[in-house]
Amino acid sequence: MNRQIVQLFGLSMLLFATLVGFTSRWTVFEAEALKDQALNRRSLIEAQQIPRGLIRAADGTVLARSVPKGSGQRRIFQRTYPEDNLFAHAVGYSFLERGSTGIERYRNDELTGEEDEFSSIFSELQSEQPEGSDVTTTLDLEAQRTAVEALGDRQGAIVAIEPATGRVRAMASSPDFNPNEVPTDRFRELNTDEEARPVVNRATQANYQPGSTFKVVTAAAALDSGKFSSESIVDGTSGQPVSGVPLANFGGQDFGAITLTDGLTNSVNTVWAQVGEQIGPNTLVEYMNRFGFGQDPPLDYPEDQMNASGIRNADGRLVGGDGGFDVGRVAIGQGGAEGQIQVTPLQMAMVAAAVGNEGRLMRPWLTEKIVAPDGRVEESFEPQEQSQVMSAESAGELAAMMSRVVEEGTGTAAALSGVPVAGKTGTAEVAGAQLNQLWFIGFAPVENPQVAIAVTLEDQPLGTQGGQVAAPLAAQVMETLLR
Amino acid sequence: MSARTRELMGLIPVSLLVSAGFAAVLLTRTEEVSDATATYGLVFLGLCVFAHLFIRARLPDADPYLFPLAALLAAFGLVVIYRIDAELARQQAQWFVIGLAFFCATIAFLRDHHVLERYRYTIAAAGIALLVMPRLPGIGSQVRGAYLAVDVGPIQFQPAEFAKIAIIVFLASYLRDTGDVLVRARLKPLPYVQQAVMFALPALVVALIAVALDVGPAVTVLLVVFTVSMAAVMRERPSLKHFGPLLLVWGVAMFMLLVIRDLGSSLMFFGGFLALLYVATARLSLVGMGATMFLGGATYFASTVGHVQQRIEVWQDPFDRELYDAVGGSYQIAQSLFAQADGGLFGQGFGQALLELPSGQSILPAAHTDLIYAVIADELGLFGAAGLILAYLLFASRGFKTALVAADGFSKLLATGLTAVFALQVFVIIGGVTKVIPLTGVTLPFVSYGGSSIVANLVLLALLLIVSDHARKDRGRMDQGGLV
Repeated sequence: MNRQIVQLFGLSMLLFATLVGFTSRWTVFEAEALKDQALNRRSLIEAQQIPRGLIRAADGTVLARSVPKGSGQRRIFQRTYPEDNLFAHAVGYSFLERGSTGIERYRNDELTGEEDEFSSIFSELQSEQPEGSDVTTTLDLEAQRTAVEALGDRQGAIVAIEPATGRVRAMASSPDFNPNEVPTDRFRELNTDEEARPVVNRATQANYQPGSTFKVVTAAAALDSGKFSSESIVDGTSGQPVSGVPLANFGGQDFGAITLTDGLTNSVNTVWAQVGEQIGPNTLVEYMNRFGFGQDPPLDYPEDQMNASGIRNADGRLVGGDGGFDVGRVAIGQGGAEGQIQVTPLQMAMVAAAVGNEGRLMRPWLTEKIVAPDGRVEESFEPQEQSQVMSAESAGELAAMMSRVVEEGTGTAAALSGVPVAGKTGTAEVAGAQLNQLWFIGFAPVENPQVAIAVTLEDQPLGTQGGQVAAPLAAQVMETLLR
Repeated sequence: MSARTRELMGLIPVSLLVSAGFAAVLLTRTEEVSDATATYGLVFLGLCVFAHLFIRARLPDADPYLFPLAALLAAFGLVVIYRIDAELARQQAQWFVIGLAFFCATIAFLRDHHVLERYRYTIAAAGIALLVMPRLPGIGSQVRGAYLAVDVGPIQFQPAEFAKIAIIVFLASYLRDTGDVLVRARLKPLPYVQQAVMFALPALVVALIAVALDVGPAVTVLLVVFTVSMAAVMRERPSLKHFGPLLLVWGVAMFMLLVIRDLGSSLMFFGGFLALLYVATARLSLVGMGATMFLGGATYFASTVGHVQQRIEVWQDPFDRELYDAVGGSYQIAQSLFAQADGGLFGQGFGQALLELPSGQSILPAAHTDLIYAVIADELGLFGAAGLILAYLLFASRGFKTALVAADGFSKLLATGLTAVFALQVFVIIGGVTKVIPLTGVTLPFVSYGGSSIVANLVLLALLLIVSDHARKDRGRMDQGGLV
């Protein structure tokens, strides 16, 4: 009998070894696959139990915080947004059942205190409760409020940038939504509103026709390529053929032979269409690319919430200098089936900022710094140059031309008392010439500017003009930021 | 150092563990160690010392490691249950005290386990009655399709836990008598050619028929093993009369599968029986026949009894969306695996495993009973879980050691059977939780929450200690040359 008993013990060892083998299979060898299993929601539930860090405006005002609900094992943290609608698009939201957007999404790892393997072992040894770091943004609370209030219930967007550094000071998109309502059914309504699309961040996602504001890009190419100067004389008669089709000036007005400065001041289409034709599509596209067109802006923001600006054909695809587009019409912010210039407000703010910053385009950014729960600054971001778009001389010349626009041209409504402002207006006909897209881009003060801005309003009635409607909004936001 | 002193020494690390465990859980709860932890450790140590003194008085020669190992497992279980739910831990502690009372009563009233042989048919009847109880109207209750529990007033108890002891006692006694009759004295081995004709030929024929009928590889293997075992048994020309017990127990196991509808406990009982049969007769052929007949019957029921069938589908494909959402579907085993995946090598630490949804619902169904091993793997990782299995293996090794040392056949078979059924129970539940076999609702001995389980396993421990005490006493006398 004893032999059998020993064999039986051997069998028990074998069976128990199988148990250890299978346990190691689930705990170690196949653990990653199990964690990625679609049915496995444990990590999502656990993420709710960690307080996310704060998101702050530049002055320290809290824009997003986590509040505990319940207690003990059942305690979870839910996001609240004290400023309600104000930063709905820039900051975004984060909820277990709805996912996350904006800075909440882009800075998720920092906000949840996600650590690498090594440091997580350390905090485990110290049995520290995982806690997220705080994110301080570059956003200015007052400028943002001014921008949101200026837009009111009109659809559009305002972006303000500090030209010398690229700090985004305001990013407003209207209509907006209250991120605190995201977990409720109200959000489902907003999300399915195909008309107003309040969830879309128009500042970074919209494809708008820039209208005459694009003449700033054309002018930069014209001056910096050396083919034109601000004093170059071009025929401003209305009805000149461009690509074989007559092009009219605004209101059919004839200007005769005028300088480029006058052409910009009065936004003369025929002048800039000829300039565009003379510099050619390749030069124009090259300068566009230097401004950041043709790619997603290098903003610290989720990629799928940004659109590239550029010349798009009828299929919506970006085309290059050899795309066969009507360069004369693109040069004045229009186009045709082969290529139509479409931009985001952020891109146009970057154009204004580059001109104001002596031709040097700074990378736009939203995150100023990451602060650990113990107050230590984990990461502090520095301004970075994106590209040298043009020489400082060309930029100075263009800035002077844009100053004239605000002093005596189409953009006088953007003027501030005591502070010289440079800018350019735009009015693009959309929806089969039934509605207008209104624009103003600019910067102030002209010397050593503190703010560059792009303002746009969509679907405004015919007869309205960018200089009358958009320019005053720009003035309000710039004034707030210059105070 | 005497055996009993070694036992006492063994209890010291156990009480340290229980104190440290409670401290760890409380630390994560309130971030300060209350005096409660020391109290828990001291009370537990006090109880164990009391039991130890009792053993010292009544069973001075019993194995010194069995009790500390059981205490270690029980202490570990208490800590984990406390971590899951403090109130359940309090109840479990009460059950542990009641279990110790049963433990002492068993030792006090059963001075010699050979007395049990006299009542073997009564005990067998009691065992069967216990198994059938959950099907009785009024008191029986169904849990997840299986009939394992009985409600008596406010108390729910699982009669199968006690039935397993009764049945092992009966089988040990019965097979001691009939084991020799079941098989003849060992015949001379046949020449290879004859062996080939006798085993390979029928095996080949059956295999060919099976393939021709296209019954699938599993059934083919079953049939071939059955044929070879049958041929080996037939060679000894046993009378049909002696096949009786085998067929009877097989019938009982099938009946149980049908009545209790629980694959796990049937496997446990029948496995225990086969272990005893093997030890009593030394015939693998009998085990082969029994095992294939059990598997065949189980396969048949799996395809006819819906609940068993679902258990097997769930086992094969736990991440199937439909099965996952089904009532009594794969949610439990899937969550068990997810919890283990969070554990890794070293685990997340005591009190860190995710057990509840934010809504307060449990994410791990039956975390304190069926899935307690998943909680352990989650919080203590592969190393903690392997340590637990090692403790069970040590317990089994001491049980089998007791059987080896025992002088008479009944004692050997009793110790073997009790140990085997204990080890099988561990395998059935941990194997279920880790998806080695379909998950069924048996408890993890000494660790899972459950009054019946802890009481029954303490009685099982008492029986093992009684056998051990007798065996080592006899051996001691022999060594001194006193009685030989």
